[in-house]
Amino acid sequence: MTNPGKALPEGATSFARIQAGMAKRRAAERRFKMLGRLAVSVGLLFLSVLLISIVSKGYTAFWQTQMRIDVVLAAEDIDPEGTRNAETLRKADYSSLIKQSMRDMFPEVSGRRDKFALYGLVSNGAAFDLRDKVMADPSLIGTKVSLWVPADDDVDMLMKGHIDRNAAEDDRRIKDNVLGWINQLEAEDRLELRFNIDFFTKGDSRDPELAGIRGALMGTIFTLIVTLSLSFPLGVAAAVYLEEFAPKNKWTDLIEVNINNLAAVPSIVFGLLGLAVFINVFGLPRSAPLLGGLVLTLMTLPTIIIASRAALKSVPPSIRDAALGIGASPMQATLYHVIPLALPGMLTGTIIGMAQALGETAPLLMIGMVAFIADVPQGVFDPSTALPVQIYLWADSPERAYVERTSAAIMVLLGFLALMNLVAVLLRKRFERRW
Amino acid sequence: MSPQGQAMAFKLDGAAGAAHVTTVGRDVRETVGEVRVNDPRVRCTDVNVHYGDKHAIKNISLDVGKGEVLAMIGPSGCGKSTFLRCLNRMNDTVRECRVTGEILLDGEDINSRHIDVVPLRARVAMVFQKPNPFPKSIYENVAFGPRIHGLCESKADLDVVVESSLRKANLWDEVKDRLDDVGTGLSGGQQQRLCIARAIAIEPEVILMDEPCSALDPISTAKVEQLIEELRQQFSIVIVTHSMQQAARVSQRTAYFHMGDLIEVSETDRLFIKPRHQLTEDYITGRFG
Repeated sequence: MTNPGKALPEGATSFARIQAGMAKRRAAERRFKMLGRLAVSVGLLFLSVLLISIVSKGYTAFWQTQMRIDVVLAAEDIDPEGTRNAETLRKADYSSLIKQSMRDMFPEVSGRRDKFALYGLVSNGAAFDLRDKVMADPSLIGTKVSLWVPADDDVDMLMKGHIDRNAAEDDRRIKDNVLGWINQLEAEDRLELRFNIDFFTKGDSRDPELAGIRGALMGTIFTLIVTLSLSFPLGVAAAVYLEEFAPKNKWTDLIEVNINNLAAVPSIVFGLLGLAVFINVFGLPRSAPLLGGLVLTLMTLPTIIIASRAALKSVPPSIRDAALGIGASPMQATLYHVIPLALPGMLTGTIIGMAQALGETAPLLMIGMVAFIADVPQGVFDPSTALPVQIYLWADSPERAYVERTSAAIMVLLGFLALMNLVAVLLRKRFERRW
Repeated sequence: MSPQGQAMAFKLDGAAGAAHVTTVGRDVRETVGEVRVNDPRVRCTDVNVHYGDKHAIKNISLDVGKGEVLAMIGPSGCGKSTFLRCLNRMNDTVRECRVTGEILLDGEDINSRHIDVVPLRARVAMVFQKPNPFPKSIYENVAFGPRIHGLCESKADLDVVVESSLRKANLWDEVKDRLDDVGTGLSGGQQQRLCIARAIAIEPEVILMDEPCSALDPISTAKVEQLIEELRQQFSIVIVTHSMQQAARVSQRTAYFHMGDLIEVSETDRLFIKPRHQLTEDYITGRFG
């Protein structure tokens, strides 16, 4: 490259020299373009591998094997006195009714161990389903009802093909006799894959077939509402003050350095801080979305401040001059002209911060949002967990059925993320269109 | 273009021969000429500006009369814009900038620490070198000043002010059908006239213009210059310009700055035809600048 015209005779014109170098320059141009395309393709490849692996593993979780059972609702078992009292109805032993119906279907099963295996075909949740049904309609008592209840997770796995029917019995979770019962149930059309509504309406459970994402999803939503409503106003106000009003001296320099450092602090440290300050000093309820939101606010603030300051810096000074030059006070100039121009950038920073907060697990572990919580939280003070923590918990669980639920939870998380980004893009479009 | 302006343009081209003799040599930095006027709008006395260690404006005294256009000319970096920005305290926004001396606006010292700069800038409005309309509608651009200062009681009042300001800025006919379009969508010359309309909407006493035509084409420049001539009836105007022809065309008095010193102030005709200071003559005959 030092002398592209070396091969040319002495005294060649500049144009000839330029022509001689063109092939080389074009080739370099092409190489550069190829490199860029390669980078993009590799990125897309990894992304699609990730998505395909998650979706292919997880989509089955949206279906759940249900079993049809016929239960005799004998009045003497449920409500011997005939009061139809709600308390009596609630306390009745429905699980023994279900066991009875299983025994009726397979009268040949005997022996304690086999009976136990038989009862295990149907989920523990079936008794609750039955109870809810009876309580909703007490007139069913004394009749024989036929209802669909969730099958046990092992049955579900077998139906979905995750357990190999042809494997040797010792390598199979479902033994031959149980397999026989399942085959019989299938033959009687008592097993069916149905849309898994429970996954979206229930909280976590020790039984995979009953475990749902709603608790974690609501926890995440409450946490993010707290985070957003604290970190956006605080972050923007801090950025506006530092950028537009604060004097430039060593104190503000110090603050700036510290904000930049905070942005790089590992998130678990914020969790420890939350544990030490919010729980131990202020006595906030542990495991609550309020607490999670506060901790994530601490973590998100630096990101929002830095992005907002960059957005404010990019507003041309001529706009400030224009406003000040006709007598606007600094606050008016900032409020009416500078902030509206910086708002799209601020929103971008906020959404990046919120996306970070959405995916954050470590600080939540420190403040107890990793606890097993089966109830769906109703507000920011109820104990709850969050989507990424739920993913972590399920990924850690030994049951085979949690594998697909883990992937399904990741899909919900990604969907939520996409939704948030969509809202951000729409908001930004809206603000930009005004100019 | 005024008749005297045309005469000037001719003179400037041919004056290099210096038919007359200047009376003050290059080494003298005392201001020559008529610094003071009767009944001034602005009276500056011993104004100094420091940027950190740099002494940008040295002991300048200068008056701005009522209803006059004062042009400030000089080579780049001579301090004319800095001086202009003293008149409405825009230098306050510059870090490490110190302004000392007395600047009286209608007899009141506006360089005092006790002066609130916000109402001051409503009295001394500023138009900048690069047209800088707000990225909002044309209407909003003009309405912003009256609105923040609370000059209009009702929307109807505001409409009247916007229309009259745009009319005074000779822009009304061009934009009356698209007041809701964004101001930044106008041409450069229209944008600058919009900025002028925005400034006059708050009825200031003085309008400062910092090279208002340097980013404009000749036709837009002519329109702005004509506008300046019309606005002189109502406002005092101080204009910084790189173009001597422009100074000759629009101003009644001209001040020549050189490296932070005010070298010469005269009636515009006199300054360009018979400069008294050797530096002024060097500049207007194109020996440097």
